[in-house]
Amino acid sequence: MSSVMGSLLRVGVLLSALLVIVGGVIFLIQHPHETFNYSAFKGEPARFRQVNLIIQEALNFRGRSIIQLGLILLIATPVARVIFSLFGFLFEKDWTYVVITFIVLTILLNSLLTF
Amino acid sequence: MISTVIILFAGALFAGLIGSLTGLGGGVILVPLLTIGFGVDIRYAIGTSLISVIATSSGAASAYVKEGLLNIRIGMFLEIATTLGAIAGAAIAIFAPTHAIAVIFGLVLIYSAINSFQKSREVINTNDPNPIKQGWLTKLLKADGSYPTTSGIKFYKLQNLGGGFLMMSLAGILSGLLGIGSGALKVIAMDSIMKIPFKVSTTTSNFMIGVTAAASAGIYLSRGYIDPVLSMPVMVGVLIGSLVGAKLLLKSRTKSIRIIFAIVITLLAIEMIYNGITKNI
Repeated sequence: MSSVMGSLLRVGVLLSALLVIVGGVIFLIQHPHETFNYSAFKGEPARFRQVNLIIQEALNFRGRSIIQLGLILLIATPVARVIFSLFGFLFEKDWTYVVITFIVLTILLNSLLTF
Repeated sequence: MISTVIILFAGALFAGLIGSLTGLGGGVILVPLLTIGFGVDIRYAIGTSLISVIATSSGAASAYVKEGLLNIRIGMFLEIATTLGAIAGAAIAIFAPTHAIAVIFGLVLIYSAINSFQKSREVINTNDPNPIKQGWLTKLLKADGSYPTTSGIKFYKLQNLGGGFLMMSLAGILSGLLGIGSGALKVIAMDSIMKIPFKVSTTTSNFMIGVTAAASAGIYLSRGYIDPVLSMPVMVGVLIGSLVGAKLLLKSRTKSIRIIFAIVITLLAIEMIYNGITKNI
């Protein structure tokens, strides 16, 4: 169980880092002269905030959208680990921990899916 | 633009390396680096840091998950506290004024710097002459564990579940509020309060950090705190830096590094508190 969990985390992190790097290279090639200014908080536009728009734009090979997709994958990696644990405890018929893991998963999905 | 990205990458690499070598964690170093060093608004800095924290936690966890030190059961139970805390922390961050967040961050920094000196203690409760009393919930959780040491397998029993749970809630709140992993508080909850062996506490704490941060990262993403161009060099840099740091840690003595960076961190903390009080942040 733990070796699968290790692979799951490794693949999730590597894949998201790959997406972030690819998206970053695409963005830098397309916008080499963009100015760097984050001293005032403006908040990101909807296309970098909403999952459906991020996926849609990433499929059009938009650099920054691919980066955001990588970051969503990164956020999803620990959640996938919790889902995997839930199946592990179900398999072991460890009902106390099935309930505990289910509570953690509910909290996570509630936070992630309500935005 | 490209040169700024490269400098940011180098800075993040350094933050990840030092965070891992000193045990402070990447986020604690990254947020002052971005705000004071690069003039980034603290809200962007916190969003970016939170992303890096997930990357380093998951990256490191994948390496030691097989070593038998983790207590996945107690980690899962305590994640109820940290995820609820993280959501509360992120909600506070949305409404709290940024200068107040800067002051709280500075205080947590000073605390982390002091705490980083107490890394090598080893609590051994197996030789405790008094029999350990456990409540009904602790018994229900059946999360007592064992772990491999150089002198064979050692067993340990959990204590003070309620106190540990409360401390974990606080760790979650600070993680969600400040975009850090709160590793130091998580270790205190397990090692000092619940009497879990230090090595088990540090690895389980790291394991929990990713899930804790994921609970608030969604809120930060949807609120527009996570910028792709800023996150790109920082996430990759911190990830590589922390993995290299973890490798170096096995070889080098880090006492002198800790002293130097505790001083640097304290100075950064004072600057953040000053900027917060004078409302410059």
